[in-house]
Amino acid sequence: MHEEIIFSGFGGQGALFAGQLLAYAAVDAGKHVTWIPSYGPEMRGGTAHCTVVVSDEPIGSPLVRRPTTVVALNLPSFDKYENLVKPGGRLIYNSSLMDVQPNRADIRYVAVPANEIGETLGNVRQANVVLLGAFLATTGALPLDVVESALDLHLPERQRKYLASNKAALRQGAAHALATLTPAYT
Amino acid sequence: MARELWKGNEAIAEAAIRAGLEAYFGYPITPQTELLEYMSARMPALGRVFLQAESEVASINMVYGAASGGARAMSSSSSPGISLMQEGLSYIAGSEIPAVLVDIMRGGPGLGNIQPSQADYFQMTRSAGHGDFHPIVLAPSTVQEAVDIMYDAFPLAEKYRTIVIVAADGSLGQMMEPAEMPPMRSVLTEAERGAWAVRGAAGRPKNVITSLFLNEQELETLNLRLQEKLKTIQMNEQRWEEVETEDARYLLVAYGTVGRTCKTTLREARKQGHKVGLFRPISLWPFPTPRLRELADQVRAVLVVEMSAGQMLDDVRLAVEGRCPVEFYGRMGGVMPLPDEILEALAEVEAKVKAEVEAKVKAKVDTKVLSLNLNL
Repeated sequence: MHEEIIFSGFGGQGALFAGQLLAYAAVDAGKHVTWIPSYGPEMRGGTAHCTVVVSDEPIGSPLVRRPTTVVALNLPSFDKYENLVKPGGRLIYNSSLMDVQPNRADIRYVAVPANEIGETLGNVRQANVVLLGAFLATTGALPLDVVESALDLHLPERQRKYLASNKAALRQGAAHALATLTPAYT
Repeated sequence: MARELWKGNEAIAEAAIRAGLEAYFGYPITPQTELLEYMSARMPALGRVFLQAESEVASINMVYGAASGGARAMSSSSSPGISLMQEGLSYIAGSEIPAVLVDIMRGGPGLGNIQPSQADYFQMTRSAGHGDFHPIVLAPSTVQEAVDIMYDAFPLAEKYRTIVIVAADGSLGQMMEPAEMPPMRSVLTEAERGAWAVRGAAGRPKNVITSLFLNEQELETLNLRLQEKLKTIQMNEQRWEEVETEDARYLLVAYGTVGRTCKTTLREARKQGHKVGLFRPISLWPFPTPRLRELADQVRAVLVVEMSAGQMLDDVRLAVEGRCPVEFYGRMGGVMPLPDEILEALAEVEAKVKAEVEAKVKAKVDTKVLSLNLNL
C-alpha cells in the first residue's frame, strides 16, 4: 500500500487537521507515514494544504508532484489540483462549495456535500472529517475504527464536545462515498 | 517506548530534554519556533531552565555562560538567527566549551523566507565564526534520526569539548513522522561534570575559561591543540548512509531532507534498470571523504543534489579529486526538489557521460583510420 494524499482548503477548514488525523491513524495501524504542511504566512481565509504519504515501505520524499488522491475542501483547491492527480487516482471534493464539471476521464471524482452533512450533524466545521471518511471508504487505506480511535486521542481539548459528532461525520462521509461510487469501481 | 507521531521541531526538543538538557536559551524564529515553544512548557515543568532571551546574540552567550558552568546547555534557531550567533560560537570554540545548537535552515540570503533550505552549509561547516575551528555538524533526514542525533549530541560535545550543530531544514522541523523516544536520562551529577567547569573553586585551584590569549605563542599553542583535536574528530566521527552502492554506476550524493527525497528517485531509477546508488553524508563536518573517494573510483559519475547553489558540492569535489565527473542539481529560495526532477537531472548526467564515452571511442576509431590512411 502506498498512498500520497493532498488535503487542501481555506485556512480554518481543517485541511491540516484532517491530514494529521489520517497520519495518527496510520501510525496506530503500523504504517510508515509522513505529514508535511504548507507553512507560509497563512491565516484564516487564505489557503492551506498538507501532504500525507502512507506506505508499507519506508518513505523517501515527503512531497509529491502527482498525488494518488486529492481532497479539495474548496474550489481553488479543486482547480489547482485537478490536473495533478495521478492517472487512476481520485479527486474527492466538497460539492457544497463548488459546482464543477470534471475535466478528466482517467481519474475518479467523488463529490461529497461535506458542509451539508456537517451542518446536519450540528457543526459545519466537520466538513474536513466528512471528506476524510469519504477518502477512507473510497481507498480502503485504513479501517474507519482506527481513525475513530485517533479522534479519541487527538481531537483538541476545546473540540472534545464534538467528539461524537465528528465520529458520525466520519461515518456519514464514508457512507455517502460508498453510495455514490460507480459499480465499475466498486 | 512506542512509535508516536512527532513534529520534527518538538521531537528534537523532547530528545534534548531526555538527553539531560539543563538549560535552554533561545529566540523565536520560523520555521524553528515550535522547538522553543515546546521547551518553554517542558523545561520549567521539570525544574530546568528555559529563557527566551532578547536576541540570538544574547541566547548564544547565555549558552556560553551556562555551559562554562558545566551544565548541558543549548540553543536553537534558523538561518538569520544563526548568523547573529557567529561571534558567540567562536568564543565558545576558543574556550573549548561543549555546547549544542540546532539550525532549522530557511531560505536566504538576508531575511529570505521561511521555506526549507540547505544554504547554511558553508556557514556551519567552514567554521561558524571567525578563527580556525570547525563544529561537528550532523544532518538528520528523518524525525527519528533527528531524535537519535540530538540524544547523542551532548556526550559527543563533551567528549571533545566542542560545539555540535544539528543541521536540518525547515521541512524536517515542520513535518510529522513516527519516532520512538529514547529513555529519560537524568541530568549530570557533580562528579560527571567537566573538571574544567567554573562552579566555585573552594578547595581546589581555580579554573579559568577564556578565549583571550594575548601572548602569540600561547595562542598558537592553543590553535595547534585545536587542530590536533579536529584531526581526531575527523578520524572518529565520520557518519554516512549508503543505499545500493554495491553495483552502482551512478552515485547520488545528498544530505538531510534531499537525501531522503533521493531515495524515492533511486527506487524509480532502479525500477527503470539504472544502476544508481545513494551516498548520504550524515556528518557534514567531518565530511566522510575517504569512503566517498572509494566510491568515486567505482562509478561513472556523481550527481550532487542540494537545496542551495552547490555548497556541499565543494566537499564532494575535494573527496572525488577528479576520479569521475561531478555534476550538480540544486534548487534555491525555499524550493524543495521533487523526485522526478532529480531523476531528469540524473538522466542528463547519464546521457552526458555516454556521449563523452562515444566521442572518445569515435576519436580512437578516427585516429586508427587516419593512421591506416597514412600507411597507405
